[in-house]
Amino acid sequence: MILVTLISVLFVGGLACWLSERVNPNMPRTIALITVLLDFGLMFSLLGAGGTSTWLAVFEAPWISRFGISFYLAADGLSALLLMLTAFLGVVAIGAAWDEVRERAGFFYFNLLWTLAGVVGVFTALDLFLFFFFWEVMLIPMYLIIAIWGHENKNYAAMKFFIFTQVTGMLMLVSILVMAYFHYLQLGALSFNYHDLLAVSLPGDMGLWVMLGFFISFSTKLPSMPFHSWLPDAHSQAPTAGSVILAGVLLKTGAYGLIRFAVPLFPEASMAFAPIAMTLAAVSILYCAKVALAQDDIKRLIAYTSVSHMGFVTLGVYAWNEQALQGAVMTMLAHGLSAAALFMLAGGLQHRIHTRNMPDMGGFWPKVPKMTAVAIFFSVAALGMPGLGNFIGEFLALIGAFQANVTLTVVAAFGLILASVYSLWVLQKVFQGAYNNKSFDDSHLIDLSRREMLYFAAMMFGLVWMGLYPQTFLGMSEPVLAQLLSDSAQPLVTSLEDG
Amino acid sequence: MTITTADLLLLSPVLALTGTVVLAMSAIAVGRNYPRTVLITVTGLFLAAVSAMTLMPDANQQVTPLLIIDPYSLFFTALICLSAMFIAVLSYPFLESLDDEREEYFLLLGVATVGAVVLASSNHFVSALLGLETLSMSLYGMVAYTVHSSKADKYPLEASVKYLVLSAAASGFLLFGMALVYGQTGTLAFSSLAHLSGTSLGNGFSSIGLLLIIAGLAFKLSLSPFHMWTPDVYEGAPLPATTYLATIGKAAVFVVLLRFMEVSEAMTLAGTLAVLSLLAILSILAGNLLALLQQNVKRLLAYSSIAHMGYLLIAMVASYHVEGQVGVEAISFYLVAYVIMSLGAFGVTSMVSSSDSELDTIDDYRGLFWRQPLLAAVFTAMMLSLAGIPLTVGFIGKFYLFFAGVEAALWPLLAALIIGSGIGLYYYLRIIYRMLESASDSDHSAMASRLSSGSYGVVLCLFLLLLALGIYPAPVIDLIEAISTYV
Repeated sequence: MILVTLISVLFVGGLACWLSERVNPNMPRTIALITVLLDFGLMFSLLGAGGTSTWLAVFEAPWISRFGISFYLAADGLSALLLMLTAFLGVVAIGAAWDEVRERAGFFYFNLLWTLAGVVGVFTALDLFLFFFFWEVMLIPMYLIIAIWGHENKNYAAMKFFIFTQVTGMLMLVSILVMAYFHYLQLGALSFNYHDLLAVSLPGDMGLWVMLGFFISFSTKLPSMPFHSWLPDAHSQAPTAGSVILAGVLLKTGAYGLIRFAVPLFPEASMAFAPIAMTLAAVSILYCAKVALAQDDIKRLIAYTSVSHMGFVTLGVYAWNEQALQGAVMTMLAHGLSAAALFMLAGGLQHRIHTRNMPDMGGFWPKVPKMTAVAIFFSVAALGMPGLGNFIGEFLALIGAFQANVTLTVVAAFGLILASVYSLWVLQKVFQGAYNNKSFDDSHLIDLSRREMLYFAAMMFGLVWMGLYPQTFLGMSEPVLAQLLSDSAQPLVTSLEDG
Repeated sequence: MTITTADLLLLSPVLALTGTVVLAMSAIAVGRNYPRTVLITVTGLFLAAVSAMTLMPDANQQVTPLLIIDPYSLFFTALICLSAMFIAVLSYPFLESLDDEREEYFLLLGVATVGAVVLASSNHFVSALLGLETLSMSLYGMVAYTVHSSKADKYPLEASVKYLVLSAAASGFLLFGMALVYGQTGTLAFSSLAHLSGTSLGNGFSSIGLLLIIAGLAFKLSLSPFHMWTPDVYEGAPLPATTYLATIGKAAVFVVLLRFMEVSEAMTLAGTLAVLSLLAILSILAGNLLALLQQNVKRLLAYSSIAHMGYLLIAMVASYHVEGQVGVEAISFYLVAYVIMSLGAFGVTSMVSSSDSELDTIDDYRGLFWRQPLLAAVFTAMMLSLAGIPLTVGFIGKFYLFFAGVEAALWPLLAALIIGSGIGLYYYLRIIYRMLESASDSDHSAMASRLSSGSYGVVLCLFLLLLALGIYPAPVIDLIEAISTYV
């Protein structure tokens, strides 16, 4: 029941934000903040629950019995970690929007909370129909956030975001339906239940095609080459809060889908496909790091680095061993924080000087010392400095991947060098050098406020915790990953014995 | 052949409709009174729907050789009558400002509904043709209704003549096809064709006959390549007539096409499936691609309806391949969804318009979200539903189509469905985006100042239905599962 509450609190809170705007234009943001904090608090009650089972909480109710669809929510350690990330970044996003979004604030927070509700649904749904349902539900409010509060080219960006994710989503829907139909053929009843579908074995090439439906959908959201081109547009046009949610949370739903569904449902097809997926990952890491260096728009640059970092997640997932998966999960969490922080910094800059164009910037250090310090911290985190969360994630992913595919891992590791190059390059461009010949109005170029510092401090704390004592997080995801690994290993073993 | 009282009871929806029209006509003869005529029509349509729903649980009988009254036909009778009632309510404010006689429009609407109900209950060529012609004849009048108005915003005469000429030609095809089939089989009932499909229907004349019948019905459904009339007629007709044409005009014909195909087992004939698949793919691609180019909401919805009819044909093809009734269920559910979302979309359009100024270019909707949030939210929901996004009934409908397609392993048709839906997103989102833009001052004056509360009630009702069936469709799915066994 706790899971239903988690979702419905956000839905109801969103409606309340919308309605409360009529009372007072400042009320929506307060209500939104209270709602997300409440949700965050409720999530902690998940941690102790569950007892010996890996599932911390389960809720199941019949929904559409004609198709064997049930309203089946369940959370384990992996879901719980991602749920907390979602709520944490939800609070951060509200902070980012606090002063920035003045126009139609009620509707903005409505969309923000409904996006979060969709994401919470995605991280907890274990009925594949329900999963798809939430997968699509989170798109519309995100589309509206970009389309209404976005920047100069918002229509194009919002449309591209929606069409990319929706069309590839339909491929996943077909794949889900094929799974359900084969469950009907092999076991006599339609079912969309995750545990039931794990038992389905697809004949011949069918497994590969169906797996591809999931893979394309998830790697579009992740995103990975060659389905990444929506992301730089969406990020550069979205308002800061939208970018925070997009980079911090929405991308992680793709990674979560790969770990939870794409590989476990099709272990054999996935392992056969792994070299291609890992190659795509390595190409993503290097290519997007290189493309990032060619950007003038600071938000586009951060967006490309996101694609590059998410490559380590794909690499880790398709190596499919415990270290690699741990690395993938840690990268998801750490990148969620560091990318969100970088987008907030870029958004903060844009809010102050109304441009994202880096050649116009430079020499900001003396003007905004606190902001510079924060930017250095998160850039260094993003490039993988030991002691911070990103290092743990990428290091584990590479160690795990090394056991699966040496060549690709070695190639992918060069991404770390490129990451250092672009991170330091941005710092140099924006904060160092001489401050003169500025073409913009710099009267609003003021340092971070206390409220902003508070959010950044919270994110710094998270990254340091992940870097210095990752066991807290590894311990939560470890039993889940072990379970996934052993589940997917069994069919492989039996098929080897048969063969 | 005698007709018993029990038969008359089963025919009560049709009788109620006919009675309504006669009553309304007599009332007009006594004295013209616009609200009274509308009230009579709306009440009659409502009573017909109620009687169909009460009869539904245990009716299953052939009444005269022409009509079959079973839960399936009664379900669609109720759907048609309720939709017609909604359209009548929406028409009321729309025609109120017309500088011409307004009452007769509702007679035409009633007669058209009689035709549609006969179509839904038909399992005989004669009743199919009678129903179709009754429906079309009334629609000619409805399309041309504002022609004598000095202020008519559109070109109803052009639309009406175009519809009349092309529709008559299509009826000619249909009749010729029926004659050829009759020449081979000596029967006009759908069910007696089934026994003959193995032998006499297999040869050349019957195949050509079948193709002509399909072409005739494809014209009425505006399936590509028989779709040329659709955008012009949709654009030229007054909005409530367009609404009628787009919803009931399509649904009733699809029901009779479905029954004909299922009962006569026409799809076992070589080539029929290929023809239907081709029509489906062409309609999906042509409808969606041409919709991309439109600046006019009515034309855009016309092209999108072509695409939606193509989606429905996928389920029709699937119904041949799969055991059980999933294809029929998918068609039935999607028809319900399609009627709800088209009614809603056209309903909002006609609410902001009136007979002397139709707001139908996409630019007219700029900023609607901030001027009329509720109306714009309804319109947005309808667009998202047409695009097949969750939380709306359109998603469940599309899910059903995908499900039928997957069970039948129709991969090329599913690919067309995905591509078509992808293209469709673009033009539906374009309308939504336009509504979200900030309005300029000149836009405020352009819209009808007074919104009728009746129309508001109708679109809100449709909006709630859209959400309710999108979130908890189980009751309707169960009902449709039960009635689909009767086809």
